[in-house]
Amino acid sequence: MSSGPGVPTDGTGVGDADGSIRSDESTLVLGDGDIARALTRIAHEILERNRGAMDVVLLGIPTRGLPLARRLGQRLAAAEPGIDAARIIGSLDVTMHRDDLHRQPTRAIGATVLPPGGINDKVVVLVDDVLFSGRTIRAALDAISDLGRPSAVQLAVLVDRGHRELPIRADYVGKNLPTSLSERVRVLVSEIDGEDAVTIQGGHR
Amino acid sequence: MRHLLSAADLDRPTAIQVLDTAAQMAATQAREIKKLPTLRGKTVVNLFFEDSTRTRISFETAAKRLSADVINFAAKGSSVSKGESLKDTAQTLQAMGADAVVIRHPASGAPHSLAHCGWVDTSVINAGDGTHQHPTQALLDAFTIRRHLSPGGVRRVGADGDQGVGGGLDGLRVAIVGDILHSRVVRSNVQLLTTLGAEVTLVGPPTLVPIGVEAWPCQTSYDLDGVLATGPDAVMMLRVQRERMGAGGGGFFPSPAEYMHLYGLDARRIARLPEHSIVMHPGPMNRGLEISADAADSPRSVIVEQVANGVAVRMAVLYLVLAGVPTGDAAPAAGSADAKGAAR
Repeated sequence: MSSGPGVPTDGTGVGDADGSIRSDESTLVLGDGDIARALTRIAHEILERNRGAMDVVLLGIPTRGLPLARRLGQRLAAAEPGIDAARIIGSLDVTMHRDDLHRQPTRAIGATVLPPGGINDKVVVLVDDVLFSGRTIRAALDAISDLGRPSAVQLAVLVDRGHRELPIRADYVGKNLPTSLSERVRVLVSEIDGEDAVTIQGGHR
Repeated sequence: MRHLLSAADLDRPTAIQVLDTAAQMAATQAREIKKLPTLRGKTVVNLFFEDSTRTRISFETAAKRLSADVINFAAKGSSVSKGESLKDTAQTLQAMGADAVVIRHPASGAPHSLAHCGWVDTSVINAGDGTHQHPTQALLDAFTIRRHLSPGGVRRVGADGDQGVGGGLDGLRVAIVGDILHSRVVRSNVQLLTTLGAEVTLVGPPTLVPIGVEAWPCQTSYDLDGVLATGPDAVMMLRVQRERMGAGGGGFFPSPAEYMHLYGLDARRIARLPEHSIVMHPGPMNRGLEISADAADSPRSVIVEQVANGVAVRMAVLYLVLAGVPTGDAAPAAGSADAKGAAR
C-alpha cells in the first residue's frame, strides 16, 4: 500500500527517518513523523473501506499493537463524528492460542479486554506492530472465534516485513519493509519505549 | 518454573507472576467459551494417595480448561494396595507419557522425592504432602486476599478495579486460626503471605501449635478474641484435622464445645471484625466446630470464591510449568514480546 524507498535518505519533514545509524547500531526506517502519517492514512483507509466506522472495532494485540490501536481509534474519532474512541478499542491477547508455546521461554499472558459493545456482528480490525510469519495473526483469529462472531476481520499493521509462513495478508500496511531473515525489525512506541521509531538491525544490507 | 513443591521456592517476583497469570486465567473463565487450546497435547496425571474433593477436581478442571489430557489416579483401587512403591507407580505413569504429575501424599516430602530422585523427568506439582506444604492452596488464598483488599486494608470495589495485578499484599494483616500443628496449608501460607509483604498471626490452642513455631516469620497467640480485637484484614479458619489426631481426639482439646467456645468463629466474633475484613477457610469445613454455619455463610465469607479462584490459580501454575521450552531454561530468555526479529 505505501511506497517509497526502503530507507528514505531525503526526508525533510519533522521526525522523518534519515537512514542514520543509531547508537545501538540499528538503522532508523521510520521516524515519529512517518509513523504518524502512516497511521493517519490507515485510519482513512479503514473509514473508506468500511464506509464509516459505525460497526468498526479495533483490537490491538499486546504489547505494541495496543497503543497503535488507541492512536488509530483517536484518528477515527477525529475524522468521523459520532465515534467514541474509547468504545471501539479493545485488546486481544493471543498468547494462549499460540502454536509455538513449547518452543520459547514461558510468555507472560496479557489482558484481553473487549469494547463495551462486544465483537458480535462488528467489523474487527486487528492491529499489530509487525507482520512477519503470520502465526500471531492465526492465533488471533482463533482467539476471536472463541470470543464471538464478527461479521468480518481485517488486519492493520505498521510494518509488513515479509517471510509469511501462513496464507495471511494485511488489509492496511503502514510500510512494506523487505528484509532478510537475519535482520531484526523493532517497533518503538512512545507509550512504552519513550519514542516512536521503526528500526532494523543486523543482517547484510 | 520446572516444579512447584513448596511455597518457599517462590520469590516475590515469581509469586506475583503466578498471581497475575491467575488473574488473566480468571478473566477467561468469565467467558462463554472457557476452554483454551494452550496445553493441547500435554498430559497431566493427578496422583492422589490421600482423599481430596476440591483440590483434585480443581486441578482436573484447570487442566481440562487448558486442553491438557487428564489421567486421574487414586491410590484406592490401584496397585498401590498390592504394595507397589511410589517409584514404580511414578515410572509407570511416565511410561504412559505424563508431562506433569500433580501429587498428593500423606508423607511429607513425597513430591520432593519424586522431583529430585531421578525416577521420572516430568514436572511435579505438590497438591499437599503430609503436614508439610500445600503451595497451590496458599497461592489461591493470596489471590483471593489480593482481589478483595488493597495494601493498607481498603476493600476493592466491584470487579472493575485493577484487582491488585502487579502488586503484593504489603501491610495486610492476616490471622490464621485453629489446628496449626497438622496444617500444611498454614505452613505454605506463612511463607507465601510473608513473601508478599503481609503480616501473619497464628492463633490456636497451645496443644495445636507446633514446636519450633517461633522460627517461622510470624506472630503466635493463644487468644483469639485478643487477636480479633486488633482488627485483622483477613481471618483464615483452619479445619480441625481429626483424622490426624487418633482416637478420641488425641487429647488435643477437652471437648468440641470448648474448642468452639475458645477458637471457633461465630456471628458474635464476626460482628467485632472491621468492616472490610474477609473470612476464609481452605475447606472442607467442620461446621459447628471451627466455624459456625452463620459465619460460613455470612457476606464476609469468601469461602466459595476461594474454590473458584483455585481453578484459575491452578491453570496459572500448569501454564507456567508446562508451557515454554520443556527443559525450562534451554532457550535464551530474550524479551519475548519484542523478538519479532531473528530470534526464531
